[in-house]
Amino acid sequence: MSDISSHRERGSLLVADARTKRRNAAEARFRAYGMIAIGVAMAALVTLLVSIFGNGSSAFRQTFVTVPIALPAETLDPSGSRDPAEMAKVTTIGYGNVLKAGVVAAVREAGVAPEGIADNDISGILSQEAPAQLRSMVLANPELIGTTVETRLLAHGRIDGFFKGRVTMQSAERDSNVTPERLQLATAMRDAGMMSSGFNWGFVTMPDASDQRPEAAGLGVAILGSLYMMAVVLCLSVPIGVAASIYLEEFAPKNRWTDVIEVNISNLAAVPSIVFGILGLAMFINFAHLPQSAPIVGGLVLTLMTVPTIIISTRAALKAVPPSIRDAALGIGASRMQTVFHHVLPLAMPGILTGTIIGLAQALGETAPLLLIGMVAFVRDYPGGLFDPSSALPVQVYNWTQRSDPAFVERASGAIIVLLVFLICMNAIAIILRRRFERRW
Amino acid sequence: MPVLWIALIVLAAAAIAYVLARRSALASAQGDVRRMHSLPSYYGWHAFIMTALPALLLMLVWLIFQPLFIENRIAAQLPAEATATATAQQLAMRDVRSVADGLQAAISSGAITPDEMEAFTNDPSTLRARLGEAGVALGGNVTPETLEAAQNFRALASTMSLTMTVLVLGVALAGAAIALKQVRPDFWARNAVEKTVMGFLIFASAIAIFTTISIVFSMVFETMNFFSQYPWQSFFFGTTWSPVFHGNSQLGIIPLLWGTLYISFIALLVAVPIGLFAAIYLSEYASNRVRSFAKPLIEVLAGIPTIVYGLFALVTVGPLLRDYFAQPMGLGSSGTSVMTAGLVMGIMIIPFVSSLSDDIINSVPQSLRDGSLGLGATKSETIRQVVLPAALPGIVGAVLLAASRAIGETMIVVLGAGAAARLGLNPFEAMTTITVKIVSQLTGDTDFNSPETLVAFALGLTLFVITLGLNIFALYIVRKYREQYE
Repeated sequence: MSDISSHRERGSLLVADARTKRRNAAEARFRAYGMIAIGVAMAALVTLLVSIFGNGSSAFRQTFVTVPIALPAETLDPSGSRDPAEMAKVTTIGYGNVLKAGVVAAVREAGVAPEGIADNDISGILSQEAPAQLRSMVLANPELIGTTVETRLLAHGRIDGFFKGRVTMQSAERDSNVTPERLQLATAMRDAGMMSSGFNWGFVTMPDASDQRPEAAGLGVAILGSLYMMAVVLCLSVPIGVAASIYLEEFAPKNRWTDVIEVNISNLAAVPSIVFGILGLAMFINFAHLPQSAPIVGGLVLTLMTVPTIIISTRAALKAVPPSIRDAALGIGASRMQTVFHHVLPLAMPGILTGTIIGLAQALGETAPLLLIGMVAFVRDYPGGLFDPSSALPVQVYNWTQRSDPAFVERASGAIIVLLVFLICMNAIAIILRRRFERRW
Repeated sequence: MPVLWIALIVLAAAAIAYVLARRSALASAQGDVRRMHSLPSYYGWHAFIMTALPALLLMLVWLIFQPLFIENRIAAQLPAEATATATAQQLAMRDVRSVADGLQAAISSGAITPDEMEAFTNDPSTLRARLGEAGVALGGNVTPETLEAAQNFRALASTMSLTMTVLVLGVALAGAAIALKQVRPDFWARNAVEKTVMGFLIFASAIAIFTTISIVFSMVFETMNFFSQYPWQSFFFGTTWSPVFHGNSQLGIIPLLWGTLYISFIALLVAVPIGLFAAIYLSEYASNRVRSFAKPLIEVLAGIPTIVYGLFALVTVGPLLRDYFAQPMGLGSSGTSVMTAGLVMGIMIIPFVSSLSDDIINSVPQSLRDGSLGLGATKSETIRQVVLPAALPGIVGAVLLAASRAIGETMIVVLGAGAAARLGLNPFEAMTTITVKIVSQLTGDTDFNSPETLVAFALGLTLFVITLGLNIFALYIVRKYREQYE
């Protein structure tokens, strides 16, 4: 009787045999793989965010030069009338000369200039945008003419880069835009309190600037354009998306036609975004002759992309309303339409709003289709309406990555921070809405 | 903004009609709501719809067809050589339109008086300079024919706008009159209103179909146009991609397709193991607390705009791979590469794999697990030998959906993969994809009659067909699988 067991090695219940150990080790390994996978995904997220914030946060600080500038009346207002329309005839070149004279005088007087530095090197620490800055300041306030004004002007991008660690003395020697003398002067001016860095409001309010002056580039036009487009998307996609889901969820008969629509919607949600760009180019610009780069076209394209997202989430919200609500309304004599609009829709509202906000957030970050409808154009004027040329936040990021000056990398990352702030706000609103109003039946 | 004004007037009239109809409905029933078929507000809404809807629809249709109509009329007046080919006609019409727009802008800003304009008819050479002074830039010099056509264009446009205004307002008033006449206690106003609302609901749900149809049409026409200028054999089987802007380009899709598939393959190589193991861990092992913060965090990866990943690839991952892997191993010195784009894209599609797989693993019935555990299998053995085989079709569907995302992704490859069309195996070399080439052929100044531009539509159609096929197949698998355990 005991022969059978005697052939096998007897194991103890208290000590695991080799096979069990192997199996348990496999179990632990398997579990570790899962944890590693999650760890890798999290690490990727953290690296992504750290890299963007690390590169971009400096875009919110900018170096400014504060110097007294004398504004001589004879060059800036030759007619002497103090009339802004007359004064506008003096171009930025005229202001550039005034500025140069003012800066050189101020720097020499303060005694911070290194030995033998040329006048050009002194005025070279200023941004090429500074004359325009001074001009608009004077035009806005003609009384300043004839006086000497303490002015806060943008420093040149390379000087700014020097304080942010992007430009060094060694790189300045090979650089045609900056010389080591200018950097020495900048250090001296900072020590003398004539140069300081502060929060860069211009980054969120000013329009884009050309390749030569990254220090003046801002997101004003892009933010405005994105807001216009979101307004179009909101006004069009919500009524269309909600109406379509009400029909499909509450009224549609189950037949081939509605099947086609359903398959269509789920496929549209997965069509690559660039294909919508081609559609926009062919339909809205080539066929309907709508203007290129206009927020209306971008808004229409993004609407077509957002509608499927809104439909999917709205249908889920409608489905979550229990049938007893509908039965009760129908039972006291409401029509089917009244049932839906008076009872079901209000109850589904939080879910619909959440889905809408998430769809809008997606549309806000979409880039590829906007490239094709001409939103990459260089636009410096603030758009006054839906048909004016404009830019958009994500496209502005792309635009800046295509520039050669490394200072634009900082700008692009900064723009992404702005974009992410918008997205985080929208998603936070969606989460709050869901928490606050969601009902479990 | 006359169109906006017309619309506002129509809406105001509709609002008045609402008030009148509601009041007259109540009056006709002597203020006793029980004697009416519908609630009073439905009579009002009926009048509102009758006033506004036909008028606004007419205006919309008119605004869509007016430019087409005017264009045809004007094109017929242009000299024969200007309309000999479709291209020439388009160019001529563009000139006419810009001159007409310029004149309009100059007149409305007051820089040119209508009297002065008559003078230009005799001497078009001064027109350009005069418009330039008024701040309107014209491309080239204006020929007398163009100017005459532009003048006709303006005249025709203003007559038609006037006709439209009259017609639209007339239709609105007629609608209001009919609706007010219909108001009787036994009129089924609610049903009439609900029918219109239903029409809108059906129209809204058909927009998805319209979108698909217009996607297909917008690409098919231009693609056919492209194949009439460039042989399709060389497009589908050509192994060289070198567009030249003065003609004689070689536009073979094979290198682009190779780049697309290579990058997507690397992306899947990254995303599938990570996504799958993450899904397994989250659905089988993780405690509720871990699950409740890890799952949303992974899904954040899907909510980040692709341009952010693109910049990440360009600024961080590209230089990192180049300095620490490619150059030490002698595999190249390019910051943009297949590896860069693939790696970053892999991170992006992790949540696509993990969320869907998570759902699918969760929908495997608990009884299967209980049976396996009851036989003495460990948890990992249960997962590997029971749960995963049961969930396999669904997981394949999830991977296919992720693959279709990867193939259609644009910004990551535009910034991370480079622009050189190349057939090669070295993952540290720059290669390019279909989407990158669509962007580069269609941005900037484009001439819609050269094959170099039109090829983008053929590329877009190819991309659309590939991703659509993958999606339909994947959704079919996922749906079929879901039904299996329901």
